[in-house]
Amino acid sequence: MASPPSLKDLMPQLAAGAPHTHALGFVLEGVEGDVVTLRAPYRDDLVGDPETGVLAGGVATTLLDHVCGLAVWAALDRFVPIATLDLRIDYMRPAEPGLALFGRARCYRLTRSVAFVRAWAYDRDADDPVAAAQAAFMLNTDRERSEAAGAEP
Amino acid sequence: MSDRQARLDAVLAGIPYARFLGVQVKLAGDELTGVLPFAQHLVGNPMLPALHGGVIGAFLEMTAMAQLALIEQRARLPRPIGVTVEYLRPGRARTTYARAQVKRVGRRIANVHVEAWQDARSAPIATLRAHFLLASQ
Repeated sequence: MASPPSLKDLMPQLAAGAPHTHALGFVLEGVEGDVVTLRAPYRDDLVGDPETGVLAGGVATTLLDHVCGLAVWAALDRFVPIATLDLRIDYMRPAEPGLALFGRARCYRLTRSVAFVRAWAYDRDADDPVAAAQAAFMLNTDRERSEAAGAEP
Repeated sequence: MSDRQARLDAVLAGIPYARFLGVQVKLAGDELTGVLPFAQHLVGNPMLPALHGGVIGAFLEMTAMAQLALIEQRARLPRPIGVTVEYLRPGRARTTYARAQVKRVGRRIANVHVEAWQDARSAPIATLRAHFLLASQ
C-alpha cells in the first residue's frame, strides 16, 4: 500500500497550487528546518503605482499571508486545514521595481488551536526587508468553518 | 456618472494590480463602496471554495486608498505604512463589498478603518485598520 504523501512532497502544491497563488506565479523557494521561503516574480500587471512601477502592497500582503501559512504546516510537519485569524504588516520601504519579492516565515509557537508566525518580505537582501509581518492562524478549521459557511443564507 | 466617479474609475483603471483583482468602486453621493466581483483566479482554498486571505486584505487596502483619494486630492497615491487585517469569516465565491471610514487625516498620515462583507453588512468577513503615508500637497 502506498504511504500518504509527506509534507515535503506536498509543499510545492501548497505553495502555488491554488488558483490565486498560481495566478500570482508563486514559487516555493525553499524549506530549511522550520523556515519557509516563497517567491513572487515581478510582473507589470501586479504593479500598484504606475508612476513608480512598484509592486502593489497587496502582492506583499498575499505573499506574507501565504508564506506564514506554509510555515505553520512546516512546523506541524503535516497538512491540516488552517485559517488566518489576523495579520499585521509593516511596509518599511517600497520594493525595487523589476525584482522578485521573497517572503520568509517561521512559526515560533504552536498551541493546540493557534499558531503564531513571523515573516519578512525582501527583494535583494533578507537583511534589508521591504515588509515585516506577524500573523496568528487557527488550526483544524475545516469543521467549524464549513459549519459556519453552511449556516449562512 | 459623476465627475468624482469618473475620476476614481480612472485612478483604478491606471493601477495594474486593481485590474488584475477586478476591484471597482461605486459612489452614492460621497459614500464609497469597494466592490470585488468573484473570479476564479481569486480563490485561495479550492476545497471550500474561499477567496485567498491576501486578496481580501488587498481589497480592503484598495478601498481605503480609494476613500482617501476621494477626500484628499493629492498628486500621488497614498502608501500603506502599517496594516492589520482581522479575518472573521471565510470569503465565499461571491461578490465582496467594503466601506472605509477615515478616522483621521493629518498633513502626512491618515488612519483608516475598513470593513468587508458579502451577504450581510452586519456579518463582516474581515476588517482592516491602517496608517497611510500621504504625498505632500
